[in-house]
Amino acid sequence: MTASTAPDFRTRLQDWLPKLVLAPSFAVTILFVYGFIAFTAVLSFTGSKMLPNFKWVGWENYEKLWALPAWNTAIVNIAIFATLYIVICTAVGLLLAVFLDQKIRGEGVLRPIYLYPMALSFIVTGTAWKWFLDPGIGLEKVVRLWGWESFSFTWIKDGDMAIYTIVIAAVWQTSGFVMAMFLAGLRGIDNEILKAAQIDGASNWQLYRRIVIPLLRPAFLSAFVILSHLAIKSYDLVVALTGGGPGRATEMPATFMYSYTFTRNQMGIGASSAVIMLMTIAAIMVPYLYAELKEKK
Amino acid sequence: MAAVTQDTAVSTGRVTRAFIYLLLLLFALFYLLPLYVMGVNSVKPLEEITGGNMMALPQVWTLDPWRSAWSTAQIGVEPTGLKPYFLNSILMVVPAVAISTIVGALNGYVLTKWRFRGDTWVFGLMLFSCFIPFQIVLIPMAVVLGKLGLAGSVPGLILVHVVYGIGFTTLYFRNYYAAFPTELVRAAQIDGAGFFQIFWRILLPVSGPIAVVSVIWQFTNIWNDFLFGASFGGTSQPMTVALNNLVQSSTGVKEYNVHFAGAILAALPTLVVYIVAGRYFVRGLMAGSVKG
Repeated sequence: MTASTAPDFRTRLQDWLPKLVLAPSFAVTILFVYGFIAFTAVLSFTGSKMLPNFKWVGWENYEKLWALPAWNTAIVNIAIFATLYIVICTAVGLLLAVFLDQKIRGEGVLRPIYLYPMALSFIVTGTAWKWFLDPGIGLEKVVRLWGWESFSFTWIKDGDMAIYTIVIAAVWQTSGFVMAMFLAGLRGIDNEILKAAQIDGASNWQLYRRIVIPLLRPAFLSAFVILSHLAIKSYDLVVALTGGGPGRATEMPATFMYSYTFTRNQMGIGASSAVIMLMTIAAIMVPYLYAELKEKK
Repeated sequence: MAAVTQDTAVSTGRVTRAFIYLLLLLFALFYLLPLYVMGVNSVKPLEEITGGNMMALPQVWTLDPWRSAWSTAQIGVEPTGLKPYFLNSILMVVPAVAISTIVGALNGYVLTKWRFRGDTWVFGLMLFSCFIPFQIVLIPMAVVLGKLGLAGSVPGLILVHVVYGIGFTTLYFRNYYAAFPTELVRAAQIDGAGFFQIFWRILLPVSGPIAVVSVIWQFTNIWNDFLFGASFGGTSQPMTVALNNLVQSSTGVKEYNVHFAGAILAALPTLVVYIVAGRYFVRGLMAGSVKG
């Protein structure tokens, strides 16, 4: 190699190096994320049972899926769960953040207490709440031992109420995280704006209602996006807390997909339920990510 | 109110403040209660749980439930305790966190300091992968892991966690490096520094805060994962799956105290990480990724 071509090669390598470094990640993403999505989408139009096969059946799996009572239970449950989970987490998170923001003594102690459940696995959370809510050893028994003999709290054993126990445990796990997001937003608000409004005679309530809450819009949006995708993905908590029961009362799309694909050998139907889950999340995430990335350009 | 603090300028009356403190304390109780119940019942003999009050302190203190959960409890069919699964989780989580964080750092560096046409699209595609419901990849992943001979093994789980973790690590480092002055990189380039040299000498030394975020995030997510572990764990199941097997086992007497000890064992590593480094996590998150 002569002296004149050596730097040339080096420069060219330097030009390509960044793309070369990024290439494996990009390739892996294309293959393992988008390739796999395509694979599952194709499977959802085939008659796959225990193993994948490629016998095309058109929309049959989707038609069967929507006719299944278990899937309808799952859809009703996810609607109830997601709505309550998002609304309650946001409300509790906002309330705690606003209250913590009032020059509270001991904030440094309280904040980690609110936040630590986020560090736990849903399996641990589910185990803890499962026994806490169990009428035989948990809350019901404790309250009775304390003297309220007729106290009854059997939601976890009750097909109509069990879904709400999942809401309780899930809110316990995530609301502290939402609190942290709102607190960050509150700390970013310029105090001068609030003081100016106070001089104009605004009450505390008006201050929050008219100024602070509107300024927290980005935090509301991030909370909504994070909570909704967590809700749709919720699987572990259901498995640990109720196992989808009693009966099939707390079936969710995620548990439905798993049982139809891997234990009932209805892979085609399982794949179609996964596609519907993805579509739902994409409908929320894609516009959000698009807006975020466009802004940053 | 004369004092200027970082807190809100809102002033509150005495009654309101008392109410606020009361409510904050009640919520603190709500968050602590399950941890208390687990802790206190993990050191009680079983009769005290089934015959006594879940909230009461033990009359007889015992560490037997912990010993049993760790080394002799029945997990599935084997009376191995949680120990081997704990080791599986460690073997899985350490390499997976290290690889995904390093790859994320390099990706973030390229995407902010060596921008090219279409880089936002590349990033967007990687970012969306953070949010997919993993049910959509379970079937093909099972096929691919089988073909690669990695099904039911720790390396297989490492692969899965790296693949679905780099979206988040890339996001963190990209947002963090975006705030770093690109002029410094250009100046170093003019001085003849190469791609890796600039990364190593200029960006890496200031990456501490975001590396902490990435490591904690990845550690927590991978340690706590259940879906992939249950689907692809095979004989190398992680801790969460073993805990679930322990708790859900339908044979014999339900040893609640052992279950509680096991649950705390499963929670311990992430709790420790959170207690030791949680402050840096929240701080780094605020600095790096929230403002975007």
